[in-house]
Amino acid sequence: MANKAAGTKGDLRLSNLTKAFGDFKAVDDLSLIIPEGSFFALLGPSGCGKTTTLRMIAGLEEPTSGTIEIGTTDITYEKPYSRPVNTVFQNYALFPHLTIFENVAFGLRRRGIKDVKDEVTKVLNLVELGHLADRKPVQLSGGQQQRIAVARAIVNRPALLLLDEPLGALDLKLRRQMQIELKWIQTEVGLTFVHVTHDQEEAMTMADTIAVMNEGRIEQMGSPVELYESPKTVFVANFLGQSNLVKGKIEGVSGSDLQVSVHGNRIIVPAGRNFAAENSDKSVLIGIRPEKISIEHSEANTLGDGRISDISFVGVSTQFIIEMPWGQELTVFEQNDGGASHLQKGDTVQLSWKPEFTFALDGTADVDAGTSVNPEEL
Amino acid sequence: MIRRWFSKNLIKIYAFLAFVYLFIPIAYTMAFSFNDAGKSNLTWRGFTFKNWQNPCGAPEVCSALGNSLKIGFLATTIATILGTMIAFALGRHRFRGRSTVNLLIFLPMATPEIVLGASLLAMFLNLGINPGFWPTVIAHVMFCISFVVVTVKARIASLDPKLEEAAMDLYADEMETFRRVTLPLVAPGIFGAALLAFSLSFDDFIITNFNSGTLTTFPKFVYIASARGIPAQANVIGSSMFILALTIVLAGQLVNRRKAR
Amino acid sequence: MAFIAAVTKRSSIARGIKRPSTPYLLLIPGLAWLFLFFVYPLINLASTSTQTPAASGEIGAYVQSFRFANYFDAISGAKEQFIRSIIYALIATVIALAISYPLAYAIAFKSGKWKNLLLVLVVAPFFTSFLLRTIAWKQILGDQGPVVTVLRFLHILSPQAGLTASAFAVVTGMTYNFLPFMTLPLYASLERIDPRVLEAAGDLYANAITTFRKVTFPLSMPGVVAGTLLTFIPAAGDYINATLLGNPRTKMIGNVIESRFFEIVDYPTAAALSFLLMAAILVLVAVYVRRSGTEELV
Repeated sequence: MANKAAGTKGDLRLSNLTKAFGDFKAVDDLSLIIPEGSFFALLGPSGCGKTTTLRMIAGLEEPTSGTIEIGTTDITYEKPYSRPVNTVFQNYALFPHLTIFENVAFGLRRRGIKDVKDEVTKVLNLVELGHLADRKPVQLSGGQQQRIAVARAIVNRPALLLLDEPLGALDLKLRRQMQIELKWIQTEVGLTFVHVTHDQEEAMTMADTIAVMNEGRIEQMGSPVELYESPKTVFVANFLGQSNLVKGKIEGVSGSDLQVSVHGNRIIVPAGRNFAAENSDKSVLIGIRPEKISIEHSEANTLGDGRISDISFVGVSTQFIIEMPWGQELTVFEQNDGGASHLQKGDTVQLSWKPEFTFALDGTADVDAGTSVNPEEL
Repeated sequence: MIRRWFSKNLIKIYAFLAFVYLFIPIAYTMAFSFNDAGKSNLTWRGFTFKNWQNPCGAPEVCSALGNSLKIGFLATTIATILGTMIAFALGRHRFRGRSTVNLLIFLPMATPEIVLGASLLAMFLNLGINPGFWPTVIAHVMFCISFVVVTVKARIASLDPKLEEAAMDLYADEMETFRRVTLPLVAPGIFGAALLAFSLSFDDFIITNFNSGTLTTFPKFVYIASARGIPAQANVIGSSMFILALTIVLAGQLVNRRKAR
Repeated sequence: MAFIAAVTKRSSIARGIKRPSTPYLLLIPGLAWLFLFFVYPLINLASTSTQTPAASGEIGAYVQSFRFANYFDAISGAKEQFIRSIIYALIATVIALAISYPLAYAIAFKSGKWKNLLLVLVVAPFFTSFLLRTIAWKQILGDQGPVVTVLRFLHILSPQAGLTASAFAVVTGMTYNFLPFMTLPLYASLERIDPRVLEAAGDLYANAITTFRKVTFPLSMPGVVAGTLLTFIPAAGDYINATLLGNPRTKMIGNVIESRFFEIVDYPTAAALSFLLMAAILVLVAVYVRRSGTEELV
């Protein structure tokens, strides 16, 4: 029997991994380390290369160049059945002709384990579906199938569990529930999870570390808080949540803080919040998240004389679209705690926020990178 | 009132009449299997179970049936194996010359049987091979392969490729994946193809007529006997095949319905 | 081992070792069989069609002379049967279409949970031997049969006239025998139509007849094309119905080819006629398919 690689443990290391289809590079020189035991998310829009990367780790796709290692073992060209890696597929891929029990026992049996009953029962109880062991997949609901797919993978205690957008087919409430459950299973069983998704909320909820991918490369990697509060590229700023990005010009320095002129307003970018490279024309993009802006109170950073052009009540918050004097529309989220309820369309307001929430990005970058809809494509 | 019911259900009435039309010859065949006829089964003489009790009573009927069954099983087995292999090649692999292969598979289905039969006989005669049992089997395999390919290919196409990936992800190598996942899931298609091949072979007359020489198959027996009079035993056999085939197909349907539950 | 590996879908997992030979391994046995017993005999037949009688005068002995005039001779000797075959096949196909379309429509749209059973019932009659079915028609249309009795009673038929041994009987037999070849493709094509498309038509002011004309029928065209081809092609070459249900004046091209082969032992003419039949069918099929614009048949 082929090496079932039981006992291979360690960090997952991708080094200069590339997958090219002719001239098109689906994955472009990707390098990253996923620590053992962490919940890692590969996040990005469709076509960014995240699924291809996952498939290369699983062995279902052969890299054009680069290496994949678990601990000290090089598994780059190993067949999928020789890797200590298991996958939860997007549409579950449960074997329709086998019972739930046999589906879950499949990997154990292939590895030559005779007595599978205990292990299978244990993991079925973990996902609370022990009573369905004798049914066939077609008799289960989507959510139940999803949990069986997870059970089928984790019963093998792989070094690495890969999840390919496993929650995509579930409705919202069920998806939320499964997110919590998966996170719980991961900490309970202690496996390394690599989760591929295009849903940024899902990634932020579940993962310890997120790598945002775009066009085959990693844009930025870090904890959810880090990526959200300190995005280093326009893509990340727009893809995770929403950002207001306004062009400005660096005027000077005050201590270690940056002073930027934005259409006549003076904006302070504190030390360590400037992620832009040096530009010959000193242009820079000032970024601030909509929920950090207040149109009621006044703070150190202010952009003046905006006109409210739209108000949307969304339950938790009220979303304002403000048209600035230079034509750009900015977004502001105000929590519905009674503060801004008197404001109306057409009112003039000042947008104000604490400097520590500001971030500065490369001034020459495309302001629309990472926004989900391109109006021209509608 | 009646007019409205009529126009609403027009299609259903039409379909019912069509079914009656479809089954009249069958009813005739079955009815006349109970006919107390002598050698010629053309007019009704009286009801009897005699024929059913002694289905091999008429000379040659059962040897013809036996030949048809033997040829059928042989041809079905060979054609199913060859056709399934081609279906997998077409359905699971990329290769050059794919459209040529598709054409080669399609052509026998589009060629008139008389041309298939005559050309094969001419070739056999040229090579000094006399028509008979084995030339018939060879001919039957030839025209069955295409039908097997089409049937199995359709089944393969409906198979989710992710299932095989999942199997390999779960430590099954290529052989185990085929044995435990691919084959069980394609099996109904292969079985259906085999049934189709068998029924095509059993019922074939034209190609068989050209290539069987003095050997008699069941359709050939009926054809030859039609001149002087077909014995009722032939009707018995025909009716039996009908009932048997119907039973198999309906049983298959029931099994499928139960599996899905 | 290679066979098994060949037959498992993989997306280039091999350790850098591609195995381009495996599909060919799978194809070779079956294709070899088809080549030896389908392609080669046809080529052989083509070569036979241009042969002439050997000098020895021995029956069945021919030599290759590349006499393409054989084709002219063949056609002039069998022109009548040729045209008759095409016409009978066309009539049978059209009637089969008329009978099958509403039947297929009823099964596809109006049968609910009985769908599978009805499909089986459509095919079931054809589990009986082809010859027995045709003989049954001989009895049904026979002088003692119910049809003739009723028609004579209604004075549509004179007491001397019958229905068997006639062109009518031949076409009736042909239509019946090739019915499932028409019904099943029609059904498959109709079944694929999304019922919501038909609802949309109704929503946009089309009544039942207009919906059928403008939406259902056009969408079922692939089925119509497949069905008519699968019916016409074997019907044109058939001769069993003509033998059992017809008379010497209803002989079809298949009868001619058979007699040339077995009775007259004139292989070149039989071969030439076979190819002429195939050519005629191919031409009609090509014209028909091009006009109706569907490509995928297999």
